[in-house]
Amino acid sequence: MNAPVALPARLARGAGAGQTRAAPVAAGGLDLLEALRSALGALAANKLRAVLTGLGIFIGVAAVIATASIGAGARQQVLGQIQSLGANLLVIWPGSVNQAGVRLGAGQRPNLTWDDAQGLLEVPGIVAVSGNIRGQNQVVAGNANWSTSVQGSDPDLFAVQDWALEDGRFFTAEEARGARKVVVLGATVAEALFGDEGAVGQEIRVRSTPFEVIGVLARKGQNPMGQDQDDVAVIPFWTARRSVMGANRVWARGVNWISLKVEDGADMGEAAEEVRSLMRQRHRLAANEPDDFNLRNMSDVAATFDASAKTLSMLLASAAAVSLLVGGIGVMNIMLVSVTERTREIGLRLAIGARRRDILAQFLIEAVVLALLGGAVGVAAGIGLSHALGRVAGWPTLIQMDAVALAVGVSALTGLFFGYWPARRAARLDPIAALRHD
Amino acid sequence: MLLIETRDLTKHYAAGEGTVAALSDVSLAVSPGEFVAAMGPSGSGKSTFLNLIGCLDRPTRGAYRLVGEDVSRLPPDRLAGIRNRRLGFVFQSFNLLPRADALANVELPLVYGSVGRRERRERAAAMLALVGLGERMHHRPSQLSGGQQQRVAIARALVNEPDLILADEPTGALDSRTGLEIMALLQGMNREGVAVLMVTHDAEVARFASRCLRFYDGRLVADEAQAPAAASAELAALDGSSGAHAA
Ligand SMILES: Nc1ncnc2c1ncn2[C@@H]1O[C@H](COP(=O)(O)OP(=O)(O)O)[C@@H](O)[C@H]1O
Ligand SMILES: [Mg+2]
Repeated sequence: MNAPVALPARLARGAGAGQTRAAPVAAGGLDLLEALRSALGALAANKLRAVLTGLGIFIGVAAVIATASIGAGARQQVLGQIQSLGANLLVIWPGSVNQAGVRLGAGQRPNLTWDDAQGLLEVPGIVAVSGNIRGQNQVVAGNANWSTSVQGSDPDLFAVQDWALEDGRFFTAEEARGARKVVVLGATVAEALFGDEGAVGQEIRVRSTPFEVIGVLARKGQNPMGQDQDDVAVIPFWTARRSVMGANRVWARGVNWISLKVEDGADMGEAAEEVRSLMRQRHRLAANEPDDFNLRNMSDVAATFDASAKTLSMLLASAAAVSLLVGGIGVMNIMLVSVTERTREIGLRLAIGARRRDILAQFLIEAVVLALLGGAVGVAAGIGLSHALGRVAGWPTLIQMDAVALAVGVSALTGLFFGYWPARRAARLDPIAALRHD
Repeated sequence: MLLIETRDLTKHYAAGEGTVAALSDVSLAVSPGEFVAAMGPSGSGKSTFLNLIGCLDRPTRGAYRLVGEDVSRLPPDRLAGIRNRRLGFVFQSFNLLPRADALANVELPLVYGSVGRRERRERAAAMLALVGLGERMHHRPSQLSGGQQQRVAIARALVNEPDLILADEPTGALDSRTGLEIMALLQGMNREGVAVLMVTHDAEVARFASRCLRFYDGRLVADEAQAPAAASAELAALDGSSGAHAA
């Protein structure tokens, strides 16, 4: 292959040799597709290194997604349980025995009464109230028997706790006033005693007293303390007092707790304050005396639970974010190595017309592609891990699409941020020195 | 219009406490289509001169007009554009991208010149065919001989249709026969109208230029026109006498 050469017409320019053209159009930018191809090529040239570096980002992203999913799952579960107690719920328990006990010396008697409960209906914004007592009892139906919480409550209870009916009906105010022997069963009890058979209309016995089953409650599941809310048999309050718990003559009108429902849309905090002040009035407490009861706003409880769950998620996520940071430093490290190794290439590119921003873009794109590849695999692994934890360990997990988007975005940003310095170093190289580099 | 026009072109480098005058007060003019060799002992300023003419560096003092445009004070990115459009570089050590095949290497200047992919492909392929590597377009540098690599580099330098090719010791890494082939190629391109500025310390190689510059201690000490030897004829004679074939 000897050299006598016929140049194409394009190269044999103008009217004859020795004439120069007018300046051609200015060079434009590097096209993105080309840059991506070149970045992938550069990464492919060092596969193991790319994989190991991507691993840092991969672990970070997978950890962020998995922890976010676990955190969100736990939060959703707890919030769901709190919600299941009833919306807009206020609860009053007796004050601690020590507090009241020391001064009164009156000792162990509970200090909440059914009359307190009824009185609270006067508070504006309170739409339903129930005084409740509860005791563990054996319930019997035919040959089946079951130990459950037998709860005496007012008819408002079902409204207060947002109970729905599976079957039958609640007891009426009439039946409550008349201390009728009717019972509404929780789903767990109905199933234990009657299985698949209809419970409504059947008879059960509590302490040998016969009750007519008039309703079965819809299932609620566990409460935040892990107790089965459906393991209950609800009877009218005065029925419970007279026929089941009756023995307490000293405090015959006492209740274990009072539950109240605040009107939808009303301010829970305000309603709670009004309830508190009426209770203090009813208990004739002086201004300097502490409350002799405990008032709980369940939305506060929910908020507290939620806040601590959030804190936990944040902690987990920031631990995960640290690994993303470490991954980012890995990217920076490898990009610096790459810039040094490819100094001559950079010099050559500059010599043939790459501008500084072309070189900057080339290395930035390479870093971002590296981080995004790690991130993409990390997203898949994070989602997989969340599912696996949900299945195997039984943890409630909830894939957070915003966490996924965030993790991908953050890995791209990680590439951009940690890739910038190496890329800038590359772009600032002096072409002559770079070409001479070995 | 002149291709190159310099007046008192001077380059100083900082060295320790003081400065080194790598190039001092070089004034010359080169017309389009010339084939110029720059000779001189090591350290005489040849490469510095080439780098200035190649817009890779800016002079400390003096003026430089390339095709009538004063380029001696332009910022780096403007210089990059000028290198891309007007100049082509050939290096002693080829400087091909090792990961890319011959075609992609030749395409590279067109990438920075924003030429569309299809046109890039076509022009690069045509240029490779022109330098006799039409069959090796998809070989990587490591799969090519030194002479072939330098041909790829020359195709890359030409693909942008430059006004001037700058070659720093283009045969320095090649045996004499392969060097002769490369010189024949450069002469062929030059005949088609591309000016060549070639740095060499080898008088054998400088014979193929039509004009010879001599540098000494950073100064241009001689500037003579000469009748160029014909590389292709010498190559043919060599083949005739020995029957040997190129790699
Ligand atoms: N980047 C630089 N920094 C300092 N001195 C330099 C630099 N480049 C070249 N020189 C000096 O300038 C002089 C000319 O160098 P150069 O142009 O490379 O000579 P040649 O190519 O003829 O061998 C030498 O003395 C060299 O040491
Ligand atoms: Mg030199």
